[in-house]
Amino acid sequence: MESKLLDELRSLLGSDAVLYEPEDLSLYEYDGSVEVARPECVVFPRTTEDVVGIVQLANRYKTPLVGRGAGTGLSGGALARNGGIVTVFSRMNRILEVDVENQRATVQPGVVNLDLSVAVAHTGLHFAPDPSSQKACTIGGNVSENSGGPHTLAYGVTTNHILALTAVLPTGERVRLGSPALDAPGYDLVGLFVGSEGTLALITEITVKLTRLPEAVKTLLAVFDTVDDATETVADITSRGITPAACEMFDSWTIRAVEEYVHAGYPGGAAAVLLIDVDGLREAVEADAEEVAAVCRSHHASEVRVARDARERELLWKGRKNAFGAVGRISPTYYALDGVIPRTKLPATLRRISEIGAKYGFEVGNIFHAGDGNLHPLIPFNGRDKDQFRRAVAAGTEIIRCCIDMGGSITGEHGVGMEKDHLMLFLFTETDLDLMRRVRDAFNPEGLLNPGKIFPTTKGCGEIYVRPSPATSAPPA
Amino acid sequence: MTASSRLASIVGPAHVFRDSAELAAYDICGMVPAVIVQPGSSAEVAEIVKFAVAEKLALVPMGARTKLVMGLPPRQYDLALDMTRLNRVVAYDPGDLTLSVESGIRLRNLASVLAAHRQFLPLEVPFASQATAGGAIASGVDTALRQMYGAARDYVLGMEFVTGQGLLAKSGGRVVKNVTGYDIHKLMIGALGTLGVITKINFRTFPVPASARAFAAEFENAEGALEWRHRIARSSFRPLSLEVLSPGAAGILSGEAAARAVPDPIPSGLFSNRRWTFLAAFSGNGHVLERCERDLREMAEQCNTIRFSVLGNDEIAGASNRVREFIPLALRSSPAATVVKIAVLPTRLSEALAAAAKSSENNSLPWAAMARGLGVIYFALLPNVRSNETRRLVIQATDQILSKCSSLGGSAVVPWCPVEWKSNLKVWGLGRGDLDQMRKLKMVFDPHGVLSPGRFVGGI
Repeated sequence: MESKLLDELRSLLGSDAVLYEPEDLSLYEYDGSVEVARPECVVFPRTTEDVVGIVQLANRYKTPLVGRGAGTGLSGGALARNGGIVTVFSRMNRILEVDVENQRATVQPGVVNLDLSVAVAHTGLHFAPDPSSQKACTIGGNVSENSGGPHTLAYGVTTNHILALTAVLPTGERVRLGSPALDAPGYDLVGLFVGSEGTLALITEITVKLTRLPEAVKTLLAVFDTVDDATETVADITSRGITPAACEMFDSWTIRAVEEYVHAGYPGGAAAVLLIDVDGLREAVEADAEEVAAVCRSHHASEVRVARDARERELLWKGRKNAFGAVGRISPTYYALDGVIPRTKLPATLRRISEIGAKYGFEVGNIFHAGDGNLHPLIPFNGRDKDQFRRAVAAGTEIIRCCIDMGGSITGEHGVGMEKDHLMLFLFTETDLDLMRRVRDAFNPEGLLNPGKIFPTTKGCGEIYVRPSPATSAPPA
Repeated sequence: MTASSRLASIVGPAHVFRDSAELAAYDICGMVPAVIVQPGSSAEVAEIVKFAVAEKLALVPMGARTKLVMGLPPRQYDLALDMTRLNRVVAYDPGDLTLSVESGIRLRNLASVLAAHRQFLPLEVPFASQATAGGAIASGVDTALRQMYGAARDYVLGMEFVTGQGLLAKSGGRVVKNVTGYDIHKLMIGALGTLGVITKINFRTFPVPASARAFAAEFENAEGALEWRHRIARSSFRPLSLEVLSPGAAGILSGEAAARAVPDPIPSGLFSNRRWTFLAAFSGNGHVLERCERDLREMAEQCNTIRFSVLGNDEIAGASNRVREFIPLALRSSPAATVVKIAVLPTRLSEALAAAAKSSENNSLPWAAMARGLGVIYFALLPNVRSNETRRLVIQATDQILSKCSSLGGSAVVPWCPVEWKSNLKVWGLGRGDLDQMRKLKMVFDPHGVLSPGRFVGGI
């Protein structure tokens, strides 16, 4: 990188806000995937004006620019694929305004997801999207990736909760999109920018909806002797029009991994368990829990356990939220996929995934958001074995192809990033992609902002987890 | 080859019309097209758009034509693209609660398909007996049920559309959770066909609640009614809908014209034309609804309700169908009805309503208002005559309302007014800072300006 650019960045932001030594940069060459791409410098803006200044410099020096929150992303979205400047929002972490009566908050992008919910908990509100990395991931990152989480089954994903954005376009223009009030006249630019994976703008302020915390919650753990029984239960719950707040599934491999690590009380010998939350009014929760339990039993659940109190509930959920970490202990290297399928296809898809795994010599683990058909197959492999690596990638591709064949999609919540770009052609025509490219080019004409993402360039089809590091210790959604 | 014979070669001669009587029925703000064309497939739509590009013709896509008066008059209007032949259910998977339809399908027909599986779409828009799925989406009109189910952007999963270059493209998918590629379909919602011709829409469907109950409470003034709204918002209840009617609106909804237009029976005396009526609907099991009734009654009494009544399962449909038709009924109630759509934060509803009422009264204009609990008001100015004088008064009143809403941090637009007044009124409200970004999108999707040119915000 030109030293003149570094000098200008330092004089813009102060020397404590610019990193360029290799040992510093190495912390930013990873995210939650283990793609690797080293930036040439890392900057820490404090204000929207700082961000405008950074963008103007990047333009003047024709240097790529990538936004980054906590680096927990699972598709390489926050990596500097073509080098250049990584803009880390960790110092823009203020909650700017909370409007309790109107159930809105305006935050800077570096605010950690859970911190917002904690900050407003005393008002009876929370920020509903809850990626499993919510203790670390930032709302700016959630907006860029349109993140999901277990409870998005009932509450919706990030885009359903975003009302307005302040964005700095790659040209350096600062624009306000949407409005805290509903229905701002004009095209739904907020809807376009949320989930655009950092390719259209750097977001510097976000107005979100806050959701009232439910009056009552019940958490059920249903235990099954076969995977089919568990998946058929999920399809049946959906078909009957019951919407639990969350409906997560673990298979035997992941149950073992989680139990050894978290001791959440999942039954070791089970083929599958469903972890289900129902919430709402006291009177509704009681009845809904009974109905869900009855559906589980009608599909031969060997046990349906209801958490007796908040402590038991948290323990059951601790197993879910730490599951990827648990898997990492057993197999330091694994390939985490993020396919989506129609929920009625769960039984057939899970069978097929197991067959594909066997064909390539792997036991594929499954822990996923069953209620909305968002699968996370995990393929454990030995990272030092080149042949295993190749087979894992091939198995991953075949599994994702299977999701598409079932009428599904290649990513439910992790994003396309630099890992699944080549899979876009399985879902979209050249015309579709060309139109999306032209939308990108309309806002990001020089391609300086987050280059090499979303649009097809290479191979691979999931997040290959190789080794934990401080920057990648947070669990995925 | 003439335009109509070329179009006939695309869609078949039976689907091209140029009779002056037929053309008159496709009038938009006083403009009549040269030809009406009814495509039977997405591919035909693409061919027609390519033809329009080659011949420098402008087209306006439409469904049942119930909301064509919204927006600005087109700058140019050669082809009426009537989508009502594209009326099939492409795929419906009740078990997955997903649905894919062609855009010209009538919502009424779709409702019966879904009802067979005890499901529905919360897209219960005004003009319901005619409206098509595509028109409801492209016009961006909102519904009472957004309180519970969100707006269309929250349950449209994907779309297929034809761009202004005649390219058939898609975005999203048919699964309930998906972050693959840009959400271009969200841009099409409320775009009045200025970015693309919507050909297919994928929806998430919803199970019909097992049972529901609604509560009608009358209040002396808007403040009392809105205080009830705020108490409900602070409670743990999740309403299906929250709608406030001004005395004028209640008068329109209880009139004979309303009973003819929406014949479903309603409880007698439901709408009082002397007071503010608040209609709040809830779903849940028997125990939930009992508690709801008890608590809601208590809250309403704390807000000094004058009358509190309960509507059972069977009575809700009649009442909500009538409220749903508030806009068309208001439009028919005056020779120069002008409807302002106001969006403000919920706590500003009361101020916005008061300001709008004051602006109309200061200009001697009768008015009626329907407000949604989430912060939307349809405020109808209802002059008794259409004249230059009432035009002047309506301009004055709407200008005041628009600037007040802007100072309250919200926005206001004028979707409905006499067409000859459009050039005098700020149809799309006051200017916005993101207009340049919208123009960039228009250039991507419709570089030749063939799709509904000039109808949108800023003359896009």
